[in-house]
Amino acid sequence: MAMAQAAANDGVMRAADGTPLKVALARAERREKVKAVGLVLPLFAFIILSFVVPILIMLYNSVYDPDVAENLPQTVVALKQWDGKELPSEEVFAAFVADMKAAQKNKQVALVGKRLNYEISGIRSKVVATGRKVAALDAAPFKDAVIAIDKVWGEAETWATIKRSSSVYTPFYILSMLDLRQDANGSIERVPADRSIYKDILARTLGISFLVTLMTLIFGYPVAYLLATSPQKTASILMIFVLLPFWTSLLVRTTAWMILMTDGGVFAQVLNYTGITWLLNTAGLMEGEPQLFKTRFATIVAMTHIQLPFTLLPIYSVMKTISPNYMRAAKSLGGTPFYCFLRVYMPQTLPGVAAGCLLTFILCLGYYITPALVGGPTDQMISGFIERAINSENNWGKASALGVILLTATMILYYVYNKLIGIDRMKLG
Amino acid sequence: MAVPSYFTTGETIAYYALRVFVGFVLLFLISPIIAVMPLSFNSESFFTYPMPGYSLKWYEDFFFNPRWSDAVKMSFLVALATTVLATALGTLAALGLSRANFPAKATIMAVLISPMIVPVIISAVGMFKFYAQLDLAGTRLGIVLAHTALATPFVVITVTATLSSFDKTLMRAGASCGAAPHTVFFKVVMPLILPGMISGALFAFVTSFDEVVVVLFLASPEDRTLPLQMFSGIREMISPTITAAATVLVLISTAMLVTVEMLRRRSEKLRGIAS
Repeated sequence: MAMAQAAANDGVMRAADGTPLKVALARAERREKVKAVGLVLPLFAFIILSFVVPILIMLYNSVYDPDVAENLPQTVVALKQWDGKELPSEEVFAAFVADMKAAQKNKQVALVGKRLNYEISGIRSKVVATGRKVAALDAAPFKDAVIAIDKVWGEAETWATIKRSSSVYTPFYILSMLDLRQDANGSIERVPADRSIYKDILARTLGISFLVTLMTLIFGYPVAYLLATSPQKTASILMIFVLLPFWTSLLVRTTAWMILMTDGGVFAQVLNYTGITWLLNTAGLMEGEPQLFKTRFATIVAMTHIQLPFTLLPIYSVMKTISPNYMRAAKSLGGTPFYCFLRVYMPQTLPGVAAGCLLTFILCLGYYITPALVGGPTDQMISGFIERAINSENNWGKASALGVILLTATMILYYVYNKLIGIDRMKLG
Repeated sequence: MAVPSYFTTGETIAYYALRVFVGFVLLFLISPIIAVMPLSFNSESFFTYPMPGYSLKWYEDFFFNPRWSDAVKMSFLVALATTVLATALGTLAALGLSRANFPAKATIMAVLISPMIVPVIISAVGMFKFYAQLDLAGTRLGIVLAHTALATPFVVITVTATLSSFDKTLMRAGASCGAAPHTVFFKVVMPLILPGMISGALFAFVTSFDEVVVVLFLASPEDRTLPLQMFSGIREMISPTITAAATVLVLISTAMLVTVEMLRRRSEKLRGIAS
């Protein structure tokens, strides 16, 4: 007590318990910060554990490639000395026979075959057959005996592939998603044009997303403008038309389009009755009845329908904040209505346009359900190929590599969105 | 509706052209949803007008065939559990994030919102592989955890938005009147941010209730949710029961929309924002 009183005379402001006010404030603020962090921590930990870590592990699969290295360990070591020109030496074949015997015992031969099959199509069954027959070989020389089992082992390319895939980490999956590959010497080259398919898939995904974004902007901008400038009562009623689809599940809307777009379905009927079919036929743009199901057209229409509210709502909320006085002022200064709109009103709406279009573009990149249901085989986007790589081909490396590419594109745009608009300013409805 | 007399011819044309165009777009937005509904009363199993007769048999199938009714039950179960978890975690996080000078707020927020941005196929595949190692794949708990991760961003966004206009001096007032922190939260803060919380909860519910890609990977064959049942039904062969299911789902989303809109107005009134 005496100390506190003595200290009180030195001109420093103090809290009730005698600590300097500055210290007490810092302490209180720190306590507040700890409390705030404590509130966020449960969700943050949950998201990291249940969401971020699984995705990172999956992405790791795009470079992690242990099948050959783990199951042909001696072969891999023996191949280190090989120059890649002639067939490998007897030593390599001996190691290979030993490895294959072990792999056959552990039932791992199919894994090796599957992995090699990604690079040499059709080799899987040959590897499996070799695994079965290799047990009969118990004395050197192995080289000719192995080649006798299948002549694929007499080709330098086969051994080059094994050597290339002998590391636990491989650039193979990522490279092939970019239509690149390593040649026998390890340098990177383009794959032949007839085997380069992934560039098309990437271009298609970006193309569809861009087109859908553009369509939602063309359709959404005028609607947002009318909603923002109409009297409150009218606007609320019109808003229902935008919000009801927004709240209806994506699957239901896709189903609706699917049902309407079936051949001879409601959409075709509407086209027939309104004379659009006749018009398109006469103009030579279409022949006979409209065939819409499983087409690019149906995919774009359905995706535009689903994404329209996402583009429209941010534009609307920016337009709501623009005072009508600017347009009045511009007009009173003699601008024509069109010129005033172009030079005064539109520039002010650009933040909303950027926010809406970016959001729609980001969400479009990941579309899977809609192209799968209303699109044809040539309308599938990256997500569809990821699903197929897992469910039909059981090729996790490929799925993960496609995932890396899709996620990279998404994250770059997300970063731009965050910098440009700010994630904390995102609003729903 | 007549145009003002001072309009030029060009302005008059633009005025009507805008309205016609907007009318067309709004029709485009609403018509697919409306057009499917009557088809669910079709007595025949095809999808064109005019319909030969009316029947409730697709609804009978939807409500009484265990294939569908079990899926509906499963969906409600998962969505309710997800809603509770997501709302609790999301609200707590939003409360923390809205405190002044939160460290690295932008980065933390970006991580918390990322489940909404990351393509759902990537989330689904990653979770499938990871949860399989924890023996969670094919379990209901696995689906609930995955859906909670996908749904929390919506809660964080809505509650943060509500809190941004929340007057924090009210909390100090409560504390200075002698209330403990949890009393302040339940008696002062929560009644005021409740509309935002409920909106967030509804978003979380809908996110889980409509989600199909994650369940496609994580659900066991016995634990089909309604969207999964619809999706696999559509892929194999379109049964008209799907139109009945779609109609019921549209009605549910309409109810959600009305509730959220009412809450938004109430919240604006509570916070003194004139609408």
